[in-house]
Amino acid sequence: MRFSGLRVLTEGLTGNRGWGPHWRDPAPKSDYDIIIIGGGGHGLSTAYYLAREHGLTNIAVLEKGYIGSGNIGRNTTIVRANYFLPGNSEFYSHSLKLWEGLEADLNYNVMHSQRGLINLFHSDGQRDAFARRGNAMINQGDDAVLLDRDGVRKHLPYLDFDNTRFPIYGGLLHPRGGTARHDAVAWGYARGADQRGVDLIQNCEVTGIDIENGVVKGVQTTRGAIRAKKVGIVVAGRSGQVAAMAGMRLPIESHVLQAFVTEGLKPVIDHVISFGMGHFYISQSDKGGLVFGGDLDFYASYASRGNLPMVEHVMEAGMTLMPMIGKAKVLRSWGGIMDMTPDGSPIIDKTPVDGLYLNCGWCYGGFKAVPGSGFSFAHLIATDTHHAPAARFRLDRFRTGRGLMDEEGTGSQHNLH
Amino acid sequence: MRITCPICGERDRREFYYQGDAIALRRPDADDTPEEWDAYLHLRDNPAGVTRDLWYHETGCGAWLVVTRNTVTHEVLGTALASDHGTGAA
Repeated sequence: MRFSGLRVLTEGLTGNRGWGPHWRDPAPKSDYDIIIIGGGGHGLSTAYYLAREHGLTNIAVLEKGYIGSGNIGRNTTIVRANYFLPGNSEFYSHSLKLWEGLEADLNYNVMHSQRGLINLFHSDGQRDAFARRGNAMINQGDDAVLLDRDGVRKHLPYLDFDNTRFPIYGGLLHPRGGTARHDAVAWGYARGADQRGVDLIQNCEVTGIDIENGVVKGVQTTRGAIRAKKVGIVVAGRSGQVAAMAGMRLPIESHVLQAFVTEGLKPVIDHVISFGMGHFYISQSDKGGLVFGGDLDFYASYASRGNLPMVEHVMEAGMTLMPMIGKAKVLRSWGGIMDMTPDGSPIIDKTPVDGLYLNCGWCYGGFKAVPGSGFSFAHLIATDTHHAPAARFRLDRFRTGRGLMDEEGTGSQHNLH
Repeated sequence: MRITCPICGERDRREFYYQGDAIALRRPDADDTPEEWDAYLHLRDNPAGVTRDLWYHETGCGAWLVVTRNTVTHEVLGTALASDHGTGAA
């Protein structure tokens, strides 16, 4: 089933009776070439690119819940490539290019909206840091425009520019940054993978990983044992538990990150905006809700919900930046579980077990990475070589101290990111 | 979330700074292997369930606490002064 304007029109005129399910619901076979553990955004895109780029289709994606039930459906939907350090820069740059071709590629409307992202700064020192970051982005081939105060005012006239404590000095505009409809990204990749023959097995929790003489042989699941030549773990948020089935301990601590959405409002916020003093970022969904979030709650958690102190902090930051949102009613808040690594950067690598691959540690930035992560992880699984844009996401960088990517410059240590 | 400080009593989570896994109390010796240091600095059990982590009563008495806590429910199951644990018992 291909989507087209004509098809939508025809279906609209004939009672929408011609639409079918977007993917099959197969029972697991006893044997696959490749098993992907985790049917989130990264797992689905991995399966999709394994099929599309490498012609491998004897693949099962095992999802313990349903497609779209994890962090792919719980994030604040921001897509950007504004990283600073080698390793991250080229990876997110590649991912953004994939985003830009994604809808045509998947024949699926993921509502990718390059509405521009503006990171505000509030001091001379911060201006210098953002100028430098902007130059790094331009050197990488992406776009960045340093805006002075009047430049920001043209885009965002409603901010509190003369806030006594945190006056706005300017902002770094990333015009190609924006948002996408998170659920549609999961659905689009799921449909694309399924069309190429990948089995998406839902409600199938992996309970063990079978390893013989250092070689992976398959997995045990709640729907029986499944054998496979290669297994990829893509379960950010639960990476520690799944890796433990293979006898591994990871440099990861799970934390909860909260997000919020208000009632639907008329269009008012056209960009993605981040506050430079205090952790706060906001955009407006196409449905009208203000979608915003802040920092981690900062304690290890798997609760998928946070505590009030961070709610208070986020609301305070929002009110400091744009008092106009004060009367908007918050409809919902929720929490997602983040794989936090010591340096705040992810891991896409082989493991000490032959045929077992690991994709994890996305911290609070996994959504924009979905296309690039799947593409690079598929490359690693298919060819056993690292894909150039993700070649620095090594698991051993913490042990050796070589190649750490501490984007925030706070130190490579748990609890600092 | 509220945490009971053995010295000050039950207080709001805001008064405490989270350090991380109580493995911090088991610092290896300087001449231990790189693998032991890697385990101490980076590798975590990261349990979904009962965990023991280290908190600092920053705006209270300044004590370091070992908090036994459920990471799935946020229930605080017990607290003790880190100084009572010594460096080997955590």
